[in-house]
Amino acid sequence: MSITLLMPTALRGFTDGKSEISLDGETVGQVLLALAKAYPDISTHLFDEAGELRSFINVFINGENAKSSGGLKRAVKDGETLMLVPAIAGGSANPLERGKL
Amino acid sequence: MDVFDLVGDTALLTLDRLTVDFPGVRLSAKAEYLNPSGSVKDRAARAMLKKGLETGLLTKGKTIIDATSGNTGIAYAMLGASLGFSVRLYIPANANRERKSLLSAYGAQIVETDPLESSDGAYLAVKRASEVDKTGLFFPDQYNNPENPKTHYQHTGQEIWRQTEGEVTHFICGLGTSGTFVGTSRRLKEENSSIKTIIVQPDSPFHGIEGTKHMKSTIVPSIFDRNLVDDEITVSTEEAYRMSRLLARKLGILVGISSGANIAGALKLAKNIPPNSFIVSILGDGGSRYLSDDFWNAG
Repeated sequence: MSITLLMPTALRGFTDGKSEISLDGETVGQVLLALAKAYPDISTHLFDEAGELRSFINVFINGENAKSSGGLKRAVKDGETLMLVPAIAGGSANPLERGKL
Repeated sequence: MDVFDLVGDTALLTLDRLTVDFPGVRLSAKAEYLNPSGSVKDRAARAMLKKGLETGLLTKGKTIIDATSGNTGIAYAMLGASLGFSVRLYIPANANRERKSLLSAYGAQIVETDPLESSDGAYLAVKRASEVDKTGLFFPDQYNNPENPKTHYQHTGQEIWRQTEGEVTHFICGLGTSGTFVGTSRRLKEENSSIKTIIVQPDSPFHGIEGTKHMKSTIVPSIFDRNLVDDEITVSTEEAYRMSRLLARKLGILVGISSGANIAGALKLAKNIPPNSFIVSILGDGGSRYLSDDFWNAG
């Protein structure tokens, strides 16, 4: 199952500058683990010592925050797009739907 | 008197209860969240707009524009409203809803920029806009405007020196535009060259400490002066969250995440400095503009 992950600029230093990465996985957690496997240096920036996603990180799937729909266990479908965004104090409910420049 | 007159001369709060494990070390912080729009950014915004009026660059009918992660925008919105100017802010889409609500309440226009690009994306967007319209806009450019650090040199640094009766030995804070750190440090070192000035940095380029730049991975503001940095202390977003909660629950000081980061950094500093040291930091904004965030309920 191929999922596209949009990388924030802050993390592109760990992904050879790539802004979009195709990854396999059936859940949000599996996709992020695939990312960490492909780019091991990124792990500490995403996961805490217990292996949980750091609390300030939001994963948006087609504009929906995964935290409100199962978190890392949320199932993903082939062709879906995920976006990693730091929750700057709550974050936008749906950054994908804002008026992009 | 108007809102311009309410900016600055903030209280220096004593936080010595946090340093009981480090005998002889004192810790205080400037209550910048008590500025009229609720953050330290009132100081720089006031200085940049005043300079614009003095130099004739900000004239009737122009729109004030800049990039912001929120607080400077709210300051522009308040001060712009009091002067009768329209204000348009470029802000990352993942800035929180309290900030956007405050900007709207003051009547400012919001242009949301790519959340993946963070504050750098907002800056590049406003720069493009300023190059398209060279006559109808006033672009203070908070990241590169010398009035920003200058007002902290003239006021914040001087206030700290006066309020500590010259006993401050260490100044520590995070960097957004770097204006607070640069201006305050420059003044304090001029008053006493032995004063150490230390920056707080997020532990990762990907972090949730609002308004704080991870300097190694972002556009460095031209006003930043590395020569003023005596040391650097790293703080994680989780540590900043914990400290913001502690300040609210144990000291009754409801402040934001960057303030939590500053005080968490100050306590790391306190472990490694001699007794009789006097640390001063910054409480940059209030916690009420972060209430939609879950971290208040943890721990």
